[in-house]
Amino acid sequence: MLRIPCPFCGTRDHSEFSYGGDASVDYPALDAPAEAWLEAVFQRENIDGVQEETWQHLHGCRMWIIVERDTRTHEIHSVRPAHPGMAQTQSPERGPADRS
Amino acid sequence: MKAYSAWNVFLNGLSGQKGWTRAWRDPEPRAEYDVVIVGAGLHGLASAYYLAKNHGITNIAVLEKGWLGGGNGGRNTTIVRSNYMMPGNREFYEHSLKLWEELSHDLNYNVMFSQRAHVTLLHSPAARDGAARRYNTMRLTGSDGELWDLPTLKRHIPHLNYDADARFPIIGATVQPRAGTARHDAVAWGYARAADQRGVDIIQNCEVTGVDRCDGQVSGLQTNRGVIRAKKVGFAVAGNTSRLWRMAELGKLPIESHKLQAFVSEPLKPLLDQVVVFGVGGAHFYISQSDKGGMVFGGDLDWYKSYAQRGNLPLVQDVAECATSILPCLGRVRLLRHWSGVMDMSMDGSPFLCKTPLNNLYLNAGWNYGGFKASPASGWYFADLIANDRPDPVIANHTLERFAQGVNIDERGAGPDPKLHG
Repeated sequence: MLRIPCPFCGTRDHSEFSYGGDASVDYPALDAPAEAWLEAVFQRENIDGVQEETWQHLHGCRMWIIVERDTRTHEIHSVRPAHPGMAQTQSPERGPADRS
Repeated sequence: MKAYSAWNVFLNGLSGQKGWTRAWRDPEPRAEYDVVIVGAGLHGLASAYYLAKNHGITNIAVLEKGWLGGGNGGRNTTIVRSNYMMPGNREFYEHSLKLWEELSHDLNYNVMFSQRAHVTLLHSPAARDGAARRYNTMRLTGSDGELWDLPTLKRHIPHLNYDADARFPIIGATVQPRAGTARHDAVAWGYARAADQRGVDIIQNCEVTGVDRCDGQVSGLQTNRGVIRAKKVGFAVAGNTSRLWRMAELGKLPIESHKLQAFVSEPLKPLLDQVVVFGVGGAHFYISQSDKGGMVFGGDLDWYKSYAQRGNLPLVQDVAECATSILPCLGRVRLLRHWSGVMDMSMDGSPFLCKTPLNNLYLNAGWNYGGFKASPASGWYFADLIANDRPDPVIANHTLERFAQGVNIDERGAGPDPKLHG
């Protein structure tokens, strides 16, 4: 079991999370040329080593997070919110979200 | 090298079975070959064998970073079938099944191919209609397929969970009678021995560490056993394709590496004569019984990208739940071992057998879950591609360019998310 330190809920089993994918992929503008979309949708670096990837804490706070993880060892190096602006709205001063 | 035959077993019996020699040589790599295949898995070995057999090219080396059969060739659930529907795939996998049917004779090596039938359980009238369409489409290309109603299924496999209050009651099955299983190690050994007999050098413990390029070609491969030059190079390293691709400075690929687990139980008396597949709702499960009696089964990917040949426990639980829901009699059977292999998961679930941006480099990759059954045809068409420098019409769309051209071969209709193409 991977143990992922969710920035909002604390460390939880990875079975609470849903895997997104490569966080380095930036989707282009809707009117960008087809090549740019081809690159974003189909082409992958497929890193063997430390990569940034998105996970969603589906059975927890439902927030998307960016996890820096080694694909060879599964070691997790860092975790941060995928949408920092949204993260602020969840801060303890604003709401009851910090339940770690 | 002696042929394996009853007569030779008898003759060797007169001298205490001491007259057998090793099945393949352990040669030192030469400086240059006509063709170098990277990866001595089932696909690489089959490619070398068919290059020698069908095209008369024998100055070949197959490079393997570990030992022969130590990758996904030795890490699978050994299911062989051709129940594919998309154009290209169904001709390809049917050709593969036909090769399987003659493989033991062809290689003079018993790969223990057992055509015990592949039974996919159905749980709703809609699923039955969809499956009927798929199997009728297959029949148009000469594959066999049958639709079993519930009484027929119960007659063949009496001990599935037929409870009316099961979460997903079984209403019948689609069946491919010619499908089955084979002995995975024997396939690797058989191809290795047959290729070696035709002069192919199989070089184990030889890891490619760099790819030399010159004028739009691969000029040589850097390895831990020196530089090896080649007129033509084939990559057949599913799981690690992206790594090799980067060594050749070719950029990105429509591939992600994911891990897939498989399991084997303690040996049981004969229990299950067929391959049984259960896939409905969130479930995905396939099971057969090996000749030693172990129940061999597997399920989904571990869902997150990985190059580690190591599975994780949530999937073990998930697969065990599937097992007990269709075969409750397995409830107290103990798991003997489980393992995990690294899959090349492609963006549409179909493989790549194609030319590349470098004009003497050929790619064999992206096999998803389907690599084992595909290995004979993969070798067959890859050898043809390398020898003739053009794809056979059957694999014309199995290219890297198909996504740009909009000819995705998405058998499951899951879209461009590699982990969903189970």
